[in-house]
Amino acid sequence: MAATHLKCRECDTQYPLEALYVCERCFGPLEVAYDDDRANLDVGELRRRIQGGPQNIWRYADFLPLAGGPPGPSGRLASRVGLPAGCTPLIRADRLAQRLGLREVWVKNDAANPTHSFKDRVVSVAVTRARELGFETIACASTGNLANSVAAHGAALGLDSYVFIPSDLEEQKILATGVYGTKLVGVQGNYDDVNRLCTELCAERDWAFVNINLRPYYAEGSKTLAFEIAEQLGWELPDRCIVPIASGSLFTKIAKGFQEWTELGLIEGRLPRMNGAQADGCSPVASAFAAGHDVCRPVKPSTIAKSLAIGNPADGPYALDLARRSGGSVDSVSDEEIRAGIRLLAETTGVFTETAGGVTTAVLAKLAARGEIDPDERVVLVITGEGLKTLDAVRGTFETHTIEPSVEAFEAGLADAVSPSGSTAALAGAGG
Amino acid sequence: MSVTVKIPTQLRAAAEGASEAQVEGATVQEVLGGLFDRYGELRQRIADDDGSLRRFVNVYLGGEDIRFLDGLQTPVADGAELTILPAVAGG
Repeated sequence: MAATHLKCRECDTQYPLEALYVCERCFGPLEVAYDDDRANLDVGELRRRIQGGPQNIWRYADFLPLAGGPPGPSGRLASRVGLPAGCTPLIRADRLAQRLGLREVWVKNDAANPTHSFKDRVVSVAVTRARELGFETIACASTGNLANSVAAHGAALGLDSYVFIPSDLEEQKILATGVYGTKLVGVQGNYDDVNRLCTELCAERDWAFVNINLRPYYAEGSKTLAFEIAEQLGWELPDRCIVPIASGSLFTKIAKGFQEWTELGLIEGRLPRMNGAQADGCSPVASAFAAGHDVCRPVKPSTIAKSLAIGNPADGPYALDLARRSGGSVDSVSDEEIRAGIRLLAETTGVFTETAGGVTTAVLAKLAARGEIDPDERVVLVITGEGLKTLDAVRGTFETHTIEPSVEAFEAGLADAVSPSGSTAALAGAGG
Repeated sequence: MSVTVKIPTQLRAAAEGASEAQVEGATVQEVLGGLFDRYGELRQRIADDDGSLRRFVNVYLGGEDIRFLDGLQTPVADGAELTILPAVAGG
């Protein structure tokens, strides 16, 4: 599979593989198209080649839009340059499943990436393509995780970087961006304001905005999450995936990854049910799903899940279509449920996620409580980011017992210290 | 009432290369109609047959998405700035 051109998702007009993202004929988004030569495909050989590849996303380079293949020297040592992403753990979460009355739940922990979110996947691909196209400066409009990743990739590869964020972002995400020496711009407004500004700037500057003019390449990086899930399940598909939705790009590209591999014969079966997860305070896609609409009405976000706070989701129409045709849904949860979701995941799996993962976990609990998940289903919960980035969400949710450094003090304090605070009050009743 | 319309790079070929235009009109719809009268090709590119904007077209009045105002019926003041941009996002 080699990338051949860019294609408009709305009207199929073709464009060369350059830094383009909008169709000039109908304003639709552009997407990478690949050649479709399956005639001589040897599935066994292809699987072996993937398995013999590097322990990062470049093992899937055959399915990514890079002219020169993975960066760095060839062979198994390939692609240890820069900040290789991917090959994150897929862990079997039996205690979480049991709590929710389910049998088989897996957690894809994408916090285990170089800058602790799935964004390293998309940025690796976008920045590699940007270098192929001759750009010397990378940039982005970000809700935080992308900011961390673009700043770090700029540092690793020696590229100048400009990162634009809403000025009220979580302090952890601001600190974990500025430390890399990027030019950090806090914009007085929400993400949608930052995005509008960057879309205007993109026309004026010769920069690679990874999620604007490099967006067709960037978005393809999300497919690697699907490839890893399938490979880690032993070349099998899950029955259902729960995925957070901000712009809708990750949600739709995970499905695209499964579809591409199914079409090539690398895996078999039907597309998993795709369940999108949003916060009540920013739920344009969930609202449109519930109302039966096929486009989203923009909203002004107000939620603790700031990494999902995109009020005007560009891929909303495609996310709605995917949820419906896969037999899934798009649901939303309250800030209280998000906090409880973070605690539930932490207490049952040892994985501490940021607010976006709290959204995803809470939606899983909600679906289980509604009885929508057959207990025999194999469910994958996609955790996209790290809990240390949104510490405010867990502040005040448990107690620390402070004592004098003596055995007597410990034993005297123990009586009222043994019962851990109930984490899942807000999700109580979820499952059996 | 004269309004400045900022035209995105992707549409400039259909607007004789112009990056902005001064157009008369009392509402967003009238302004866009005036723009389309001047550059006929623009209409086919960003508007549907019924006159509504295609779903990937965002229009901002003074930086605010018109869908948070009164959409195409939003009144515009003299000297206002209307910006047409493609929908693109991903945090």
